[in-house]
Amino acid sequence: MVRIGAFLVGLFFAGWLLVSFLVGAVAYVTEPPAVTVEHEFHRNPKEVSFSFDGPFGKFDQAQLQRGFQVFKEVCSACHSLKFVAFRDLKGIGYNDAEIKAIAKNWAIKTPDIDPKTGEMSTRAPVPSDYFPKPFANNVAAMAANNNAIPPDLSLMTKARHHGSAYVYSLITGFQPQPAELLKEFPDAKTPQGLHYNPYFANLNLAMAPPLTADGQVTYGDGTKATVDQMAQDVAAFLTWTAEPKLENRCRAGLATIFFLLIATGLAYMAYQNIWADKKKAA
Amino acid sequence: MTTVEHVESEGPSGGDGVRRRDFINIAAVSFAGVGAVAVVVPLIDQMNPSADVLALASTEVDLSAIQPGQAIKTTFRSQPLFVRHLTDKEIAEADKVDPSTLRDPQTLEQRTVDGKKQWLITMGVCTHLGCVPLGAGEGENRGEFGGYFCPCHGSSYDTAARIRKGPAPKNLEVPKYSFTSDTAILVG
Amino acid sequence: MSFPWAEQYTPKHPAMQWIDEKLPLPRLVYNAIGAGYPVPRNLNYFWNFGVLAGLALVIQIVTGVIMAMHYGANTQVAFATVEQTMRDVNAGWLMRYAHATGASFFFIVVYLHIFRGLYFGSYKAPREMVWLLGLVIFLLMMATAFMGYVLPWGQMSYWGAKVITGLFGAIPVVGNPIQTWLLGGFAPGNASLNRFFSLHFLLPFVIAAVVILHIWALHIPGSSNPTGVEVKGPQDTVPFHPYYTAKDGFGAGVFLILFAIMLFYAPNYLGHPDNYIEANPLSTPAHIVPEWYFWPFYAILRAFTVDFFFVPAKLLGVLAMFSSILLLFFLPWLDTSAVRSGSYRPTFKKFFWILILDVLVLGYCGGAPAAEPYVMISQVAAAYYFAHFLIILPLISRFEKPLPLPNSITEAVLAKYGKTGGEPVAVPAE
Repeated sequence: MVRIGAFLVGLFFAGWLLVSFLVGAVAYVTEPPAVTVEHEFHRNPKEVSFSFDGPFGKFDQAQLQRGFQVFKEVCSACHSLKFVAFRDLKGIGYNDAEIKAIAKNWAIKTPDIDPKTGEMSTRAPVPSDYFPKPFANNVAAMAANNNAIPPDLSLMTKARHHGSAYVYSLITGFQPQPAELLKEFPDAKTPQGLHYNPYFANLNLAMAPPLTADGQVTYGDGTKATVDQMAQDVAAFLTWTAEPKLENRCRAGLATIFFLLIATGLAYMAYQNIWADKKKAA
Repeated sequence: MTTVEHVESEGPSGGDGVRRRDFINIAAVSFAGVGAVAVVVPLIDQMNPSADVLALASTEVDLSAIQPGQAIKTTFRSQPLFVRHLTDKEIAEADKVDPSTLRDPQTLEQRTVDGKKQWLITMGVCTHLGCVPLGAGEGENRGEFGGYFCPCHGSSYDTAARIRKGPAPKNLEVPKYSFTSDTAILVG
Repeated sequence: MSFPWAEQYTPKHPAMQWIDEKLPLPRLVYNAIGAGYPVPRNLNYFWNFGVLAGLALVIQIVTGVIMAMHYGANTQVAFATVEQTMRDVNAGWLMRYAHATGASFFFIVVYLHIFRGLYFGSYKAPREMVWLLGLVIFLLMMATAFMGYVLPWGQMSYWGAKVITGLFGAIPVVGNPIQTWLLGGFAPGNASLNRFFSLHFLLPFVIAAVVILHIWALHIPGSSNPTGVEVKGPQDTVPFHPYYTAKDGFGAGVFLILFAIMLFYAPNYLGHPDNYIEANPLSTPAHIVPEWYFWPFYAILRAFTVDFFFVPAKLLGVLAMFSSILLLFFLPWLDTSAVRSGSYRPTFKKFFWILILDVLVLGYCGGAPAAEPYVMISQVAAAYYFAHFLIILPLISRFEKPLPLPNSITEAVLAKYGKTGGEPVAVPAE
C-alpha cells in the first residue's frame, strides 16, 4: 500500500517536473533569455594584495593611519562609521592623548542634549563616542545626495564579495561609458547625476569619484599620495573597521591548530594501541 | 572523555611495549584535558566587562556650578556619585568629631584632596546593603548628623559622609579621583 | 544491554556502590557509551559521525547560550548588539564565528551521518525507530538553523524570513492568515524576531532530548555495521569503551582541526556578504539565497514553474519541498530488500551514487540565481530525486540479485586482515 502510494506520488512529481522542464526548454530555445548589460559589462574586483592577506596576515599600521586620514578628509563628509568608536583607534596605533585630540577636533559633532537647557544640541565627541553620523537621518542624507543614501562604511569590506579589493576597485574604477556598451545597449546610457563604474553591481553609481587627484590628502609619513595609494590605504582601513580582531583571529588560529595537530596525532596513536590486538590476522 | 586505564588488562602484556602504550594513552587523554581547560578560558572571560563598558569607566564632573552647601548626584560606573560642596560650618562640624570614637575612624582630610577640603566626593551607595542614601538633593532628609540618611534601614552619615548611626559598617566610599582643573574632576 | 555477553557494571568503591543504589546514573552511562555496550568490531570511519554530531550540538549550545548573553532581540538593536559582540565583548568574535561556522559543520556531519545510513541500510528493520527519530532531529535542526539565521537581522535574515514564511502563504485559503500568524505582523518585525529568538533558544534542548531517544532506540537492537550482517556472538563485538571511545577521540580531533581551519581562517566563507548589511524592508538583495545546507531543498522549491491545472506552481513547489524530506520517513518501507548494506547490492549501489551526484547538482542549482539553465537542470535533478526514492528504490529491492553475504562479522574481518595483514584503518566496508 505504501509502495503503491509512493509510486503514484513519485510519478506525479517526477512527471510534472519533466513537463515543466520541457516547457522551460521550449521557451529557452524559442526565446533565449536576453543578455543584460550588467552580465556583459560588470567586472569582478581587481587583483590587489594587502599585508593582511593569508593566515599570517598582519595589518600595516602606518597604512591604516593613512587610510584613516583619507576617510577623515574625504569619505567622512558623507559616509558614517557607526559601529566604530574613537577609542577603537588604539587598534591602529594612536595613543590616548592623540585619540582624545582626534575626537575633540572631529568636524562632525555628537548630538546630545544641552546639560543646561535640555534642548537637543551637539558637543565635541569624546573617545568613548562612536563616530558621529554626517546626516541626522536617511531623509537628510537623501536630500543632500541626489536621493541616494551613502551607506555606512563600518562593515563595507565584509558586506561585499572580496570586500577589500572591491573598495579599492570601486574607488579607482570610475571611467567614461565604453562606446561598445552604448552601441550594444543604447538604452543603458548612464543617467544624469550618476557615474559609470564597471565594478558597481548595476554599473551606475550615485557617488561621484571621491579621489580625483594625486596629493588630494597630504600624508604625514611622506608617502606619495597617488590616487592608487590612497584607494589602497582607505581599503585597508575599512578592512580594519570591518574586522578589527583579524590579527587576534589569525594568531589564535595558529596556536589552536598547532595544538590540535599534536593532540590528534596522539589520539591516533592511542587508537592504534588500543585496537592493536583486534586488527591482527588470525 | 574518560580515562583508558584498564586497557593494559586487555592488550598483550609484558615488556616495554606495554609501558610505551600506556604512556601514549595517558598523553592523549592529558592533551584532551588541557584542550578542554584552554577552551573554558574564553568561555569565562566573555562575562567580564566588555570594551565599551570599560570605556565608560571614568567620568568627568564639572564643579563650577555647585554652590557651597549644595550637592549633585551624578553617575560613575552606572552607580550614583555624590559631589558635595561643604560650607565652612559643615567642615567645622566634621572636624569637631574625634575620629577614634567613630565606627570607621577617618578624618575629613583623609577623605578629601589636600587643599580642596570643601569638595566631598563619595559613592552614593550605602555600605549596608547598597541603597542610595538621601541628602544629595535639595530639601532631602539629611539625617540627624547633617550628611546623608539611608531610608532603607536608617543609617545616618555626617557631613564628612562617615557612618554615625544605624546598621552600615563603613563610611561612604570615596572613589579614586583627581582634579583636572580648579573646577573639574576626573573620577576613575 | 541487548547482548548477554555485555560487560556488567560493578562499582568497587563504596561511594560508587552507594550512588548506584540511589541513582544508577553511572551504570546508565556505562551501558550507553561505556564498556557495557558491545559494538560490532568492524565499524568504519563513517560510524564516527554520530558522536561528532553530538559534539557539534554541544558546541552550538555552549556558544549559543553565550551569544544570547550579549544579544538584544529587538529590531532596533539586534544588528548592533551582534556587532558589539564581535568588537567589544571579550572573545566575542570567537563565540560568534564558532556559532556560525559550527552550524555549518553540524549540518556537514549530519549529512554524512544520513549518507552513512542511506548507503549501509541503517534505516531497515529492526532500526526503523532510530531512523525516524533521526529525521525528527533533522527537521528540528532545520527549523532551528532557519530561525537562528534571522537573529542578526541582516539583509539575508530579513528577506530569508520573508521568503520562507511566504511559503506558507501558498497554502489555499488559510495560507495568508498562517503567514501573518507566524510573523506576528504583515512582514518580519519585532514580534517575529522575539519569537524566533525564543524558539531558537528552546529547540536545541528539544533536539538534545530527541538525541537521547535516538540513542535509546539504537541500543535496543545495537549498532548496525558495514556488512549489514547481524551480530552472532561475542567474537563479533568489542566494548564501546575503550575501543570506540578511542576511535571517536581521534575522529573528534580531525573534526576539530577542520573546524578550526574554517573558523579562524575563513569564518565568513560559508555566510553571505549581504548579511553584514542591516535589514532594510525597502530594498531586496539582488538574489536571495538561504544558507548552503538548504540549497538542495531550495532548488526543489524553485523547480516547479508550471501550474498543474488549478494547483499553482508555487504551491506545488512548497508541497514538493516538504515531500522531499517527509518521504524519507517512509524509506524503511519503500526499500524492502533483506540485504542492508549497499556493499552487497550492485544495482542499488549504482543508483545510490547517482542520487548523491543528483543531490549535489540540486545543491549547486539552489545556490545559483533563479535563471536558466539552472532552473532546467534542477527540474531534471528534482525529478530524479523523487523517482529514486519513490519508484526506483522499491523496484530495485524487488528485482535486484544481491551478492553473497559473509556468514558473520568476524568472518568478514578475518577475510580482510587475512589478505592484507594489519592495515592501520578499521575495516573499511569496501
